[in-house]
Amino acid sequence: AMEGSAGARIREGDCAVLKRGEVFKAVPVLRRRKIIFEKQWFYLDNAIGHIYGTTFEVTNGGNLQPKQEVEETTTETKEAGTDNRNIVDDGKSQKLTHDDIKALKDKGIKGQEIVQQLIENSTTFRDKTEFAQDKYIKKKKKKYEAVITIVKPSTRILSTMYYAREPGKINHLRYDTLAQMLTLGNIHAGNKMIVMETCAGLMLGAVMERMGGYGSIIQMYPGGGPVRAATSCFGFPKPYFDNLHEFPLSKVHSLLSGTFSTETLPSDPEDNALVEEESNGLTEEKQTSLQETEEEPTTEAPMEINQAEEQETVDINAEDVEFKENKEKENKENVREKQMKQWERRKKLTETAALLREKNADGLIVASKFHPTPLLLSLLEFVAPSRPFVVYCQYKEPLLECYTKLRERGGVINLKLSETWLRNYQVLPDRSHPKLTMSGGGGYLLSGITVVLDKGKSDSSNLEALKMEEPSPKRCKVQDLHC
Amino acid sequence: MSFIEYGDTIKDGDTAIVFLGHESMFPVKVQHGTVTQTKYGVIRHSTDLIGKKYGSKVTCSKGGWVFILHPTPELWTMNLPHRTQILYSTDISIITMMLELKPGSIVCESGTGSGSLSHALIRTVAPTGHLYTVEFHQQRAEKAREEFREHGVDHLVTVTNQDVCKNGFGVSNIADAVFLDIPSPWEAIAHAKSALKAEGGRICSFSPCIEQVQRTCLAMEEYGFTEINTLEILLRVYNVRTISLQIPDLGKAAEDNSGTGFDSSSPSTQGSPGANLQQGTVQFKSGVPLREMVGHTGYLTFATKS
Repeated sequence: AMEGSAGARIREGDCAVLKRGEVFKAVPVLRRRKIIFEKQWFYLDNAIGHIYGTTFEVTNGGNLQPKQEVEETTTETKEAGTDNRNIVDDGKSQKLTHDDIKALKDKGIKGQEIVQQLIENSTTFRDKTEFAQDKYIKKKKKKYEAVITIVKPSTRILSTMYYAREPGKINHLRYDTLAQMLTLGNIHAGNKMIVMETCAGLMLGAVMERMGGYGSIIQMYPGGGPVRAATSCFGFPKPYFDNLHEFPLSKVHSLLSGTFSTETLPSDPEDNALVEEESNGLTEEKQTSLQETEEEPTTEAPMEINQAEEQETVDINAEDVEFKENKEKENKENVREKQMKQWERRKKLTETAALLREKNADGLIVASKFHPTPLLLSLLEFVAPSRPFVVYCQYKEPLLECYTKLRERGGVINLKLSETWLRNYQVLPDRSHPKLTMSGGGGYLLSGITVVLDKGKSDSSNLEALKMEEPSPKRCKVQDLHC
Repeated sequence: MSFIEYGDTIKDGDTAIVFLGHESMFPVKVQHGTVTQTKYGVIRHSTDLIGKKYGSKVTCSKGGWVFILHPTPELWTMNLPHRTQILYSTDISIITMMLELKPGSIVCESGTGSGSLSHALIRTVAPTGHLYTVEFHQQRAEKAREEFREHGVDHLVTVTNQDVCKNGFGVSNIADAVFLDIPSPWEAIAHAKSALKAEGGRICSFSPCIEQVQRTCLAMEEYGFTEINTLEILLRVYNVRTISLQIPDLGKAAEDNSGTGFDSSSPSTQGSPGANLQQGTVQFKSGVPLREMVGHTGYLTFATKS
């Protein structure tokens, strides 16, 4: 089946995710390509052919070796203290110096060995409580044992990764909020969905995963083209893109008012370049990140891009210039080809416009940096009655306004403004408790269900609906007084 | 209609949701010649429902009206007949994502309970996946089978009436994911492992008490599960309200009646402007948390078999 994933093997050209502890990074699997991850460098060549989920050790020359399950080397006598009344922090408990440790590392000694040496040379280790010893070993292992796991991308992994690494690029949409959206939106195979997002294509990818290639998606995009950098990380099979359509937001008004025409399309060269890249293959990493780069100056605060990635960005830009120069030459030689592409693009757009005009979409998902109200008021026109819609916003206030405006418009019921909190736990014998830190904000959702909008007497019926759905403020006051 | 495929019009035999207003709805089985009583009067299925568009406003005999909605697992969860304590959509959403479910996934579940999660799982794995659900209570198992038939999803689910802790899921090496919502999940971890594909898969266990979680985590570790992670998700719902706060009288009004800087006649003002002028109030929109919220449903423990 085209959905099958468990047990799949790592192939060249795949998009894989590296995992070390709780840290993830998405990378393309390419031969002889140096990867830097968590202060380690290595090549993925040896990982090719192994099953996803395999844990590797990084050897000296940057090669990956499947990790052997070894018996934990326990300290010979299980000695431990009961409390820390006699442990003094004099900074001298570790007999190995920084230089000693560096020398061990340079000799290529395995991380496991180094950890063992650190334990043996710690004068306080035996006096620590059993729990403290455990904690000490875990901490050192994390630092010195160079192991990475290669996992298959999924919404779970990519949404966790994006929230931790680049929350700015996904408008701080936390993974549990994203999960809520997929459920509230009743995303499933066979739907005809409208997705408007500026989350680097993560929301789109999540919707595509849940639809499994069945049904169709219309992505509404601002500017020159849809951003799908995160979408390409999922490594979807080609057929998934057959029923993925895109439509420019700037044409929504004309489509709704009936003045839409593909002849009035903006045809500036930059725009064309984007579309060409797209048709060259979405799954190719360089090109999608190129699209993302173009977005960056306007969307992101520079602080959110870490240095290593900035470097990457610069490299791509240099290639980008070269790429464009070559393209220009080609274009001069091949004007006809360009016209063909233009024609194809118009054809696709006409098709997408027709899909929207049917006004029978099975749902609407909005997760963007824009004010949600105008998006909702327009895009809901394309949705069939009795279908769910979900709007994400990083802030609550715009959704309050959106709620009010939707009530005035009518045609929606069961409006709900919500937020989820996520708490992680440490579960260990006699040491279970919530984790020290939790995320402060993962955004807000406004969800509801569309109904047939009877336009004639919308005003009076809306008032009724308002009364029907909202308990009156007065009654609330009375309740408050009672408590 | 079916729970896995949208339809436009209401048909004989459909399960539809009658929406009466704020948080007030109930499911109805559409049948020729049947009538349904609501507080707004009677709905006659043959004339009022069959052939109408889902999402239509239906006027009842007393002149009041309701909306008829297409069923979804989420609406079903809010309206289903409880035979047990059920899982709600907030937990269901994170379970579905963390188990990496999608069309084609094979899932094992126990217990079936009232089928709240089952409907959501079936929706997600359709049209090519399958749910194997195990319920040791015979009556509940039978009722669940009946519901799946009525909802047009019985080809995607197998209900087995046995004790999962003793007899497992009745399948081996085929599941991509396993979900446990039973009192002693640690007794089912071995069965869960053998139900999962040899290449691996994901597991989730739902337990209200931390002691259950601890025993489950130990069992998961013992059976070689990795990435063991326990979390809890809480839903906060906000009421959208226009709030008026009175401006305190500091004796300034006598000197300068209009120059307070507060716009008491802002567009959002809905109260009587006269009262505002006299008292001096500021209005604003606020998302007010409900006075009570669900503080705990259960801990969700996830892990990977690899």
